[in-house]
Amino acid sequence: MLELSMHILDIAQNSLAAGSTRVEIRIQEDLPADFLVIEVRDNGRGISGAMLPKVTDPFVTSRTTREVGLGLPLLKEAAERCEGCVEVRSEEGRGTTVVARFRLDHFDRAPLGDMGETMGILISANPDVDFLYEHRVDQRIYIMETREMRQVLGSIGLDDPSVLDFVRQDIRMGLKKIGAATFPKIMEVLR
Amino acid sequence: MNIEELKKIREKVQKEMDLRGGEKAIKVVVGMGTCGIAAGARPVMAAIKDELGRQNAENVTVIQSGCAGFCEQEPLVDVLRPGEKKVTYGKVNPEKARKIVTEHVVRGRILNDFVFAQEK
Repeated sequence: MLELSMHILDIAQNSLAAGSTRVEIRIQEDLPADFLVIEVRDNGRGISGAMLPKVTDPFVTSRTTREVGLGLPLLKEAAERCEGCVEVRSEEGRGTTVVARFRLDHFDRAPLGDMGETMGILISANPDVDFLYEHRVDQRIYIMETREMRQVLGSIGLDDPSVLDFVRQDIRMGLKKIGAATFPKIMEVLR
Repeated sequence: MNIEELKKIREKVQKEMDLRGGEKAIKVVVGMGTCGIAAGARPVMAAIKDELGRQNAENVTVIQSGCAGFCEQEPLVDVLRPGEKKVTYGKVNPEKARKIVTEHVVRGRILNDFVFAQEK
């Protein structure tokens, strides 16, 4: 996975496989403290206490546990590569929260990539699931909430192609407006 | 989120919907497991949605699935047309995806060169 947005798409797939009806994706960039936090929180069936410590280990994954595979180990690797870490909290029957921390301006921090595409595909392929995408850069904030979108759209499904275009454009413009860091600054110098 | 822009979309799409109606009979499934995503399923899915929109193919649902166990063949795309057997395309890229939409999904012509598996 070359982009954080790909990891987010992947981790959100776990949420969907776990039968979630709502998935909340939050990204926070703290420039003074130089960290980036990605949080994916769902209300799916959760992970058992016995399984929880093993979810980031690619070799312990049980084949019957469909919602866990290589996705979390790859995310963990991407985070640890830039002095970050991954934490998975879960309660059976209540949901799971995955928190990944990255050093924002680390040379090896993967670029954020195209969040518009990730959210667009999540929303349009799962039009009945609630998604929240919140992105903070210090005090500035961008929010996309599908509940709100459904209220405006009425009988038009979130899988309509024009909705995908809207999601992409709105996120790309929204992130630009709040000054989201796509690449680590050190990379910008080299580019 | 720009609500005004969304309202414009509602009006535009509503007008189009009044004209067509009908059921979504054809299904396209994109493999979105870790293997699928790593192999490029996201741009493939985007290309499919774009091409369907461009061709006004309104009776098609695009959904996603997890890993099917053929990770080396990812991105995998299934096309299910009513009354026909499922066709699975392997190693799909955005370019192939657009062809699959144009030829198979819209016109019903299977692209044998790209087929990975076909339901018996």
